[in-house]
Amino acid sequence: MRSRLIGLLLALCAVAAPASAAQLHTERSLYRNLFVVEDNGLRCLTFRRAVATERQTCMRTAQPDYLVFPYTRMMLGSLLVKPDPKRVLIIGLGGGTLPMTLRQLFPDLEIDVVELDPAVTRVAEKFFGFKRDERLRVSEEDGRVFVKKAIRAGTKYDIVMLDAFEDEYIPEHLSTKEFLLEVKSTLTPDGVVAANTFSSNRLYPYESATYAAVFGTFYNLKLGNRIIWAQPNKLAERSALETNAKTFDAAFDKRGFDPDWLLDLASTDRDWDKDTRILTDQFSPSNILNAR
Amino acid sequence: MQRYAILAISCWSGFLVMGFEMLSGRILAPTFGSGIYVWGAVITVFMTALSLGYLIGGRLSMKQPSIARLCLLHAISGALLLPVLVFELPVLDGIFGITQDPRLGSLLASVVLFSAPAVIAGMVTPYAVRLLVDNAQDAGFYAGLQYFFSTFFSAAGTLLTSFWFVLIFEVDQILLLLFGITQAVALTAYLISRKRT
Repeated sequence: MRSRLIGLLLALCAVAAPASAAQLHTERSLYRNLFVVEDNGLRCLTFRRAVATERQTCMRTAQPDYLVFPYTRMMLGSLLVKPDPKRVLIIGLGGGTLPMTLRQLFPDLEIDVVELDPAVTRVAEKFFGFKRDERLRVSEEDGRVFVKKAIRAGTKYDIVMLDAFEDEYIPEHLSTKEFLLEVKSTLTPDGVVAANTFSSNRLYPYESATYAAVFGTFYNLKLGNRIIWAQPNKLAERSALETNAKTFDAAFDKRGFDPDWLLDLASTDRDWDKDTRILTDQFSPSNILNAR
Repeated sequence: MQRYAILAISCWSGFLVMGFEMLSGRILAPTFGSGIYVWGAVITVFMTALSLGYLIGGRLSMKQPSIARLCLLHAISGALLLPVLVFELPVLDGIFGITQDPRLGSLLASVVLFSAPAVIAGMVTPYAVRLLVDNAQDAGFYAGLQYFFSTFFSAAGTLLTSFWFVLIFEVDQILLLLFGITQAVALTAYLISRKRT
C-alpha cells in the first residue's frame, strides 16, 4: 500500500513538472476545465492539467497550417472521397483545426460547426486562430439535436465530420445506428461521413459493426485513432480516390503529409467479428466498453 | 413478518427509482442530447416528483393504513413504467415538434414520461414508515431503518443499471425487468404479510 502511494506521488510530481511547458490559459466550463499549454512552439488544448497524452488539439505557433495529429490529416482525407464539397457539417470543434483548414482550401464553402461547450469555442477563437465568418457558423448545442433539426429543415451536407469524442468520454447517443441513419439522411448522394473513433479497445468491433450495418463497406484508417470514411450509397472506388489525390497533393503537402500516405492507410477489410452486436439507442454502453 | 414485507418493498422501491432515473437520461439522449441541461431536467423532475409523493403518501397514511395498500402503491409505481415503454417515442417526437430547446424539451418530456412512477414511488416511503412504527419512541429508529434500506438499494439500482444492465439488455428490456420484479415484490410482500395474521 505504502509503496503504491509513493509511486503515485512520484508519478504526480512527474506530471506536475513537465519540461518548460507554459500554461497560457485555463477556463472553467459547464462540462470541464480547459487548459491551453505551450511547449517548444507547440500550443495545445487539454482537458486535464498539463497531461501531454490527453491533448485534444495542437498547433505549431510558427506554422499554424501544419496538421500536427495524424487523426486530423485522416479526417481531412475524406476530401479524397468527396473532393468538391459545397456544404460541410463538423460535430465537435476542438481547436478549430478542421474548419479553418477547410476554409483555407475552399473560400466559398458553407461550414456548420456544432460544439456543445461554449468555452471550447471561446478558447479556439482566442488561442487557436479559429474565426467565424459569413459562411462559417457555430451552433452551441448537442450534435444529435442539430442533425435532427437539419433533417427537418431539409439541409444536405457533402461531408459530415464526427469528431465529438475525447479520450475518456464518448457521447453514447452519437454512436448508435439510429444516429448514423440520421446522419446518412443528411448526406448528399455522393457525400461522405468522416468519423473519428477508437482503434484499440473493446468498443472497436461494436462501432465497426454499427457503421457497417448503416453504410455497408467503408474505408477504415487506423493509426492511433481509427477514422472511418463512409458513403450513403456506393463507396467510391480506390481508383477515384487516387485520381482525387493528385488534386490535393500540394495542399496536403503544405500541411505536412502526402495523399499517398492516406491511400496506404485506407482499407476496406473487415477485421472484426461480423456477429458483433450493433449499438442502438436501446443498447449503447459505449463508455463502459471503451473503459475496458 | 410484516416488517420484513414492508422493508422488502422499501428496498425494491429505492432500487426502482434510481434504476429508472438512470434509464431516463438514456431515453432522452437521442432526442435532446446528453448535455448538462438534460441531466439537470431529469434530476429536477425526479426530485420534485418524489417530494410530492412524500407529501401525498404521508397524508394517505393517516387513513386506515395497511400493508395491502402499501403493496398496491408499490405495484402501481412499477406498472406506470409500461406507459413509458409504449409512448416514449411518440411523446419525444411530439415534444421535439413543439420545442427543439433541450432545456425546455427535456423538462417537458421528463414531466410527461417520468413523473408519475416517481410520485407513486415517493408515496411508498412515508407510508412504509407509518406501518413500521408502533409508538413514538421507535419512530426515529424505524424511519432510519426505512431510509437505510431504500437509499442503500437506490445506490445499488444506480450502479447495477448504469454499469451492468445496460451492457447486457436494451433500455426497454430493463424497464420491463424493473416492472416485473416490482410486481413480484409487491405480490410476495402481500402474501408474506398475510401469513401470520
